[in-house]
This record gives sequence, C-alpha cells and structure tokens, in this order.
Amino acid sequence: MQRFVMAIDQGTTSTRCIVFDQNARLVAVAQREHRQYHPRPGWVEQDAVEIWRNVDRIVPQALRQAGITADQVVAMGITNQRETFVLWDRHTGVPIGRAIVWEDIRTEELVTELGKKPGLEEVRDRCGLPLATYFSAPSLRWMLDNVAGLRAKAERGDVLFGTMDTWLIWNLTGGVNGGLHVTDVTNASRTMLMNLSTRQWDPMLLEFFGVPSKILPEIRPSTEISGVTTRVVPGIKITAALGDQHAALFGQTCFEKGSIKGTYGTGGFLLMNTGNELVRSKHGLLTTIGYQIGGEPAYALEGSIAVAGSLVQWFRDNLGLIHSAPEIETLARTVKDNGGCYIVPAFSGLFAPHWLSQARGLVVGLTSYINKGHLARAVLEATGWQTREVVDAMNADLGVPTPVLKVDGGMTADHLLMQFISDVLDIPVQRPLVAETVSLGAAYAAGLAAGYWPDLEGLRRNWHLAARWNPAMDARHRENEYANWKRAVELTFAWARSTPST
Amino acid sequence: MPGPIQSIERAAAVLRLLARGSGHHGLTEIADSLGLARGTAHGILRTLQRVEFVEQDQATGRYRLGAALLHLGTSYLDANELRSRSINWADTLAARSSQEVRIGMHHDGAVLVVHHVFRPDDSVQTLGIGAMLPLHATALGKVLLAYDPDLSAAARRRELTSLTRRTITRTQMLERVLTEVRGQGWAGEAEEYMPGEASIAAPIRIPGGLVIGAIGISGAADRLCDSAGRPRATLVHQVVQAAESVTTSLVDEN
Repeated sequence: MQRFVMAIDQGTTSTRCIVFDQNARLVAVAQREHRQYHPRPGWVEQDAVEIWRNVDRIVPQALRQAGITADQVVAMGITNQRETFVLWDRHTGVPIGRAIVWEDIRTEELVTELGKKPGLEEVRDRCGLPLATYFSAPSLRWMLDNVAGLRAKAERGDVLFGTMDTWLIWNLTGGVNGGLHVTDVTNASRTMLMNLSTRQWDPMLLEFFGVPSKILPEIRPSTEISGVTTRVVPGIKITAALGDQHAALFGQTCFEKGSIKGTYGTGGFLLMNTGNELVRSKHGLLTTIGYQIGGEPAYALEGSIAVAGSLVQWFRDNLGLIHSAPEIETLARTVKDNGGCYIVPAFSGLFAPHWLSQARGLVVGLTSYINKGHLARAVLEATGWQTREVVDAMNADLGVPTPVLKVDGGMTADHLLMQFISDVLDIPVQRPLVAETVSLGAAYAAGLAAGYWPDLEGLRRNWHLAARWNPAMDARHRENEYANWKRAVELTFAWARSTPST
Repeated sequence: MPGPIQSIERAAAVLRLLARGSGHHGLTEIADSLGLARGTAHGILRTLQRVEFVEQDQATGRYRLGAALLHLGTSYLDANELRSRSINWADTLAARSSQEVRIGMHHDGAVLVVHHVFRPDDSVQTLGIGAMLPLHATALGKVLLAYDPDLSAAARRRELTSLTRRTITRTQMLERVLTEVRGQGWAGEAEEYMPGEASIAAPIRIPGGLVIGAIGISGAADRLCDSAGRPRATLVHQVVQAAESVTTSLVDEN
C-alpha cells in the first residue's frame, strides 16, 4: 500500500490541503478561500469557524482527488499564517469575536503607550521582536481590555488562546471533547510572549502585556505535536506544526547555518538559519526560531520586505501602465537600465532593516528622459535592493557571507527580477522544482516525525534545482547603483522628518 | 455551403456600435440599439470580454472596445505572462518526465525560449531563457510551424539549414512531418538538432484554439525514444497533458 503525507496550509486568504508522495511530488491539492472582514479602517479580521469548516471540506476533497484513504496518510503537518490568533470558549468551542489578523493595525495607539513602559529593552531581549502591531501580544491585550467580561473569564480559565495552528489542532483532535491545546515553538515565537532561550511562555512578558497564563497552549517542538484526528477524517496522526515562513525555510531544506530562503509574493520574507546560535541582531533583523526537530532548536534571523509584489500590483492597478503583473518584465525590457530612476516603496513605512514607520515612498531621479520602461525597471529593482539590504544585515549579524539564495513564491516567475537579485547580491539565486515550499515544509516536518523520511539528508535528496541565476553584474556598477539606492532610502527618512505630525 | 452564423453577425454589430460615437454603452443601450434581448446581448458581451475584444468599466459597468482589438496583428499573449501562468505545469512535467522542460514562442523566424526548467538531477545546467532555437529542427519549432500557415510558408521559401545528419532539409519532407504533427497533436525529433539528443513538444492554445506557443521536453535520445527511435508513449502523454493543463489555465484566467 502506497503511503503519503498531508499538509494543511492555513494561509491569510485561503486554506489548502496538499498530499505529497515520498519523492515530495504533489499528488493532490484542495483549496478554499475565506472572507476578510474590515469592520473599521485598519482592522482586519477572519472568521475562525469559517476556516475550520473549510478544513472540514478540503481534507476529504484532497483524499478523493488523490484516490486514497485516510489509512494511507502516514502523518499530517500544519502550517499557518503567523501572528493571527483567535480566542474561544473552552466549554463550547465557540470563538469570542473574530480572529485578529497580522495585518490589523488597531493597536497602533496601544503600542505607542506600551512603548513608554519600563522594561521595553528587556522585552525585545527575551522575545527577539520589536514592539509592533504586527505580533499577537498587543492585539491579545486589546481584546482583553475591550471585550466586556473577557478578562475575568480568561482569568477563571474558561477561555483558550490560539494561533491558527492551535485552533485547528484543538478542533481536529476533538474540540470540547478532549482537544489538544498545543502550539509549536515557531508560532509561539511570533506572539512576543515566548522566551527565545527557554522556549516557554515568559512570566515577565505575560506581566508586561497583561496576559493571564491560563489561556495559553502548551509549547512543543515543531515535530512533537503528537495528536490524532477524531473529526473531519478520524485517525490521521498530526505530527508537526510550523509557521508558514518557517515551513518555507524547512521546505527549501535550509538546514545549514547561514543558509537563506527568500519567499517573494505580496511582500518578501527572508529567513536565515543561524543553527543553534541565538543571534541577537545588531542590524535591524528579528530573531526567531527556524524550527525545532527534537531537543535543540535551529534559530533564525528574519528580515521582511513589506512591499515587493504589491509594488507591481500598484503599478498595474493605480498607474495602469501594465495589464497584468508579469507584463512588468516586458515593459522593463524595453529599456536597458533604470535611466537613473529609483523607487523606494515605503508605502506604510520601511520594514527590515530600517524599521521606520513614518517613512513614505519616493520616486527619485526623474528627468525628461525617463519613460515607463525605466519606471518598470525601478519597480523590479526595488525588490532587488531591499533584498540586498536584508542579506547584508544577515551576513553582518552572522559574520559569514551566505553563498546562495534559495527563492520561492509567485515572483520567481520574473526572470529579470531573479537575475537582478543574483546580480546585486553577487551570489547565485536558486529556484527549487517544487514551488509549494510552505506546504512541503510542513509535510517534511510531519513525515520526518513519523519516520516516513529517515533524516534531514533524505529530505535534502528530494530538493531539485529548477533554475539557477548566476551573478553577471560588473562590481563597480553594482556598488554605484547600491550607493544610489541608499541615497534614495535616506531621502525617505528626510521626508518622514519634514512631515508635520498631526 | 452553410448559412451565416447569427451570433457572429450580432457580435460584429456590437463591435461596430462600440466603435462609433461615445464608445461607452450600457447593456440596456446595446440590447435596445440592436433589437436584442438583454440576455442575448449579455452573452455576446461576456464572450467578447473573454477574448478581450470588449472591456467593461468597473465603476460604471459600461462597455467599450478592448485593447486587444488594437493589437490584433501583433502578440496574443505576453511571453512573460505565459511563463508566469505555466510555471507550475512546467515544473510538474519536469518532475514526472525527469527531463528538462522548455516553453517556446515564435519570434523572428525562430523559437524564442520563454521558460526553461532544469532536468531534475542536480547536474550543472545553464538557464536557457531568451535563447533562440531553429524552427525546423526542434520539436518546439515543428509545433509552432505546424499550426501557423504563414510561418510554415516562410520556412518553405528559406533554405533549411542542416545541423546534423538527420536534420530535415527538404521542404516536402517537412510538409509531410507537419501534417503528421497536426494529425497527432504533438511533435517529436530525434538527433535532428544535436547528435544524441531528442525532444517532444505539444501546442499551447488560447481560447478559440489559436496556438500561441509550445511546451516540450528534451534529453538523451535513448531516454526519450524507444529502440525503434520513436518517442516513448508515456513521455508523449505527459507532454500533451502538460500542454493541455497550460491551455486550460489560460482559459480559466481569462
């Protein structure tokens, strides 16, 4: 009987169930989107029950598509949008309000207030993250302060907290009838409540954010989830869970210290494996857990680019200069260079490594010579230079330059961009054959835990190169261009300072 | 001879209406002007929208002529868009066949490689996007020739360069092969481009059936062909299936 591994990828816009075989080939995919709620400006919510119902439908659907039965599924791995969480009633399983999504910025004021409290440095040191609306803890605090009676209920132990992995595992393993209330270290590392060294909830952090410990799940290594489904399709072992970017790192088989993956979609997410060394960034990166297989975690440095593919979407939808996103490459190829034009897409501030929320976007170097082809180049190059800044920071923090960048995500179809990234980093850029690295990473972790794959080496053998771009840019030209880009970025700081505060 | 097809006549009338005057009309206006039931007019407009001859203004809901009409003679699908839409299918084909995959479109009397996936054996390979291949000596090229009468006429007028002992250099022979390609829906080639190498390719179509490109595999002749020198049926099936998947994805997203 042929056996398979299943991954559930609970993403920001949809939930997918993917079945893989032993050669890491994709056998079936079932997907359902869920609604995004925007009840007020800056608020982003999702219905956790809708997401759970979607899982209930896509798992049997994927099995049917693959033509297999549940007993052929060796293990299930769960990966999810990070930071998004939901609170629910322990006795009824009913969510308390909707899930608050990572994009939600309702806590802007609260974050400013919390930022004035003593102990902020200590917070960053313990959890590895800067205080920002993006992470779960501020939003959780907001819920506790703003939902009537919630804090009292939470302190009585009637409420459960969970990132989306926790919510799905609790439901899959029985819900009110003995569901497991657990999370993995990578998801816990995005809440601001976990201590990176102990990998447990930290009393000082709970105190700082005013979160009662009774609501929190047990933190486990990524491959020690040890649940069995009793609902949807009963009898499948849930062996692993990982946040989506961490799963991508694992799916790209970035197992060595110093290896980096870059996922290019709406934004760009770069993660570097720093091995068993907890590196506290001196260059504006986040410290997080890459994954934990067994006793020792692999730590990671993360640098996020807020605007990557979304700049191409803006170019298409707001400027109307192209009809579809891939046409940006065609337009960019109508000219031979950027003509001296640079675009810094600080639409809502700059993320890593600058972390300047007041910065705003700029187009600089305009002359009468500049046409839409130059602008198209500048759009693509912006993602290349932002990658360079993050990789420079990673190399500086680790002290060793990385030899190669492994890429995935929709933007890897852009040949010009991939070549440009290779050129500006001066290292090869590699695309793997399986584009679904997030799901694959969760499947890998689950299969490893179940003994379906023997070890990391076995997984590495499944990784095959689909494309490789080699650097071909003249060194002096590269450094001149990089200097120009840095000047352009500095101008966004100046603009931020000159904007009167309201 | 069959009579005129009413729906095409009506579609032509819709286009003529949109081409004159303000150029912006609502559904009711169009239906009333042409004496059509609203449902009929809506069906015609939806179809014209699908082939991009008509666009609908998102804010007002009014219809106007589509940009594609202005570029009827030029490219049907952007090469980079084709790569973006077909990348998953090309990866799947490489994984299933264990061979390298290329997607080609016609450009300037040759096959322009718009996408390339390495053979998944982790050997050192060079990315061939942007390379030009001969039309008459590759499977990708034969597909493009077979479904484009102008292109194959031009090929007949030119000298067919001999690249190996097996390259087809006689136009009559090429004609016969292209007829065969149209009949079976795929093309093959063994040692016609490079000694020891073979390739198999199938057409990628846009809605309506127009062939805009080809997807294919290439590799060692003894891997791709059986002992009689014929392309292996399982590989042919995989290539044809990949081409159909890409074709379907082009229909879906339009």
